[in-house]
Amino acid sequence: MREAHGETTVVVETARVVEAATHLRDERGFVFLADISAADYLGWGGHGVAGYIGTAAGRDLNFPATQGLAALPEPKPKRFSVSYHLLALGERSGAARVRLQVWVEEGEPVPSVVTVWPTADWHEREAYDLMGIAISGHPNLKRILMDEDWEGHPLRKDYPIGGEPVRFSGEE
Amino acid sequence: MAVAPETARPVYEGTRIPTPIPTVLQVPEALRESGELLEVNFGPNHPSTHGVLRLIVELNGEEVVGLAAAIGYLHTAFEKNMEQKTWWKAIPYPSRMDYLGYQANELAFVLAIEKLLALETPRKAVWMRMLLCELNRIQSHLVWLATAALELGAISMFWYSFRERDTILDLAELVGGVRMHTRYFQAGGLAEDIPSGFFVECRKFTDWMPSAVDQYERLVNRQQIWLERTKGLGLLSADDAIALGQSGPVLRGSGVDWDLRRHEPYLAYDEVDFDVPVRPEGDVYARYRVRMQEMRESTRIVAQCLDRLEGMEGEPWIADDRKVVLPPREELHTSMESLIHHFKIVTEGYRVPEGEVYVPVESPRGEFGCYVVSDGGPKPWRVKFRAPSFVALQATATCMSSAYIADMIAIVGSLDTVMGEVDR
Repeated sequence: MREAHGETTVVVETARVVEAATHLRDERGFVFLADISAADYLGWGGHGVAGYIGTAAGRDLNFPATQGLAALPEPKPKRFSVSYHLLALGERSGAARVRLQVWVEEGEPVPSVVTVWPTADWHEREAYDLMGIAISGHPNLKRILMDEDWEGHPLRKDYPIGGEPVRFSGEE
Repeated sequence: MAVAPETARPVYEGTRIPTPIPTVLQVPEALRESGELLEVNFGPNHPSTHGVLRLIVELNGEEVVGLAAAIGYLHTAFEKNMEQKTWWKAIPYPSRMDYLGYQANELAFVLAIEKLLALETPRKAVWMRMLLCELNRIQSHLVWLATAALELGAISMFWYSFRERDTILDLAELVGGVRMHTRYFQAGGLAEDIPSGFFVECRKFTDWMPSAVDQYERLVNRQQIWLERTKGLGLLSADDAIALGQSGPVLRGSGVDWDLRRHEPYLAYDEVDFDVPVRPEGDVYARYRVRMQEMRESTRIVAQCLDRLEGMEGEPWIADDRKVVLPPREELHTSMESLIHHFKIVTEGYRVPEGEVYVPVESPRGEFGCYVVSDGGPKPWRVKFRAPSFVALQATATCMSSAYIADMIAIVGSLDTVMGEVDR
């Protein structure tokens, strides 16, 4: 559990996410799930540090130093984070928010929280579709924004920009 | 303060909503075997879907027995694109998602940047942002009213609503030079000072708007067709609305007194006087009444913002932080530092400290949230939006159970979804 920028983040083990979610909903009043946001941290901190030509991995004379970071960011435990933004509908000026977070590697299953908050249905489908988070126990885990036969997960960092096939472009 | 309910009768007696709440309406097996069902593809290119929503509807006669929403036809990966842009070049993106509630989207992203930077905005910018967001809310509700009424056959409403909508767009043009998607909000404040003459024009509008809302209500409030096609339809109980994550007018139309402007005040909403309309019925009519009342309340807020802003003539409109904010144009000719700062911000962008924030604002459609991760560099690492329309569409199946095909138009319309925001 940590505080940053005035927001509270609770990091839990992936296997216990449903338990934590149920606790937060029933004991702490977080009845409203605002959003589920997945983020990919592949290559996190790989831009190097400005002033030093190179990356954390070594010296690279071709890397433009000014484009680098001011400082190396804090390393992340795993590749993906899944954040559940929760809200307690309190009295006037009594809104409380908390971010429940789990960390997973590629292909590692995240238990579905649909049984806790029904609204998680589409949010989890989106996390699966765009980020490739393997949600387990979801009633209807299909792609939601992309076509059903789409290959890859577009919002991952290793998914190329402009690499998608364009039909009838004459470059068959 | 809740508006006094007109009908005290609970409409949720004997609720037919199953648990857990499905986002897809499943056809009962016995019915499917009867062979009487007709599957209809509603959309994606249907004028009354407000964009490109596709509903796969299964009909038993005229009754909707099965429903699944297929979305994604407008997916253009805004979030991925924003990762490729520097922070300040990414600001125009969010406003293109919800092309009716653009000011609120822009605001959420700008507030997120400012939260990470811990940047103070001058009070003139705060009040002007609030004013523009409320004008935008009125504009968005007007478009909803116009199209929703049009779909139910009240064509004349369209012309009346668009008359006022055009006035609002003219005001936006006066301020930012563009009618929509103004990109007038900048990290640190506003892109430019408020032009002279704006207050006079805006005051004319706030004086006129309440009587315009009266006009709309006179057109439809006692119109029998309108009432029969909205009352008691598309029912959503308060519990279901919360469980399905609904927000904004849909949630307030279901009897939940919840508005981020009051309960989690951002900008200076705790300093203005306004009411949050709430209706207990949870039907299409309740959502209509909530939106109508919200237009009145927004007009009140705009008038209060004008009162404050008129006393702030000559004050700064943007923070004086040369690492983030572009230096004034005239300084570029005389100051070397300003030139360097300008060059650095435009070419390389400013760096935003490492961290993750979630900033919610009350957009015309409900809670619009912006989750931003920064690695300390000049570009956002990850941007994710909580789109209220995306969530609202999840409630279609619940609202629609045992409705008729003709009511579907009214019900989907009442959720006020903008597909650009759903698909992002």
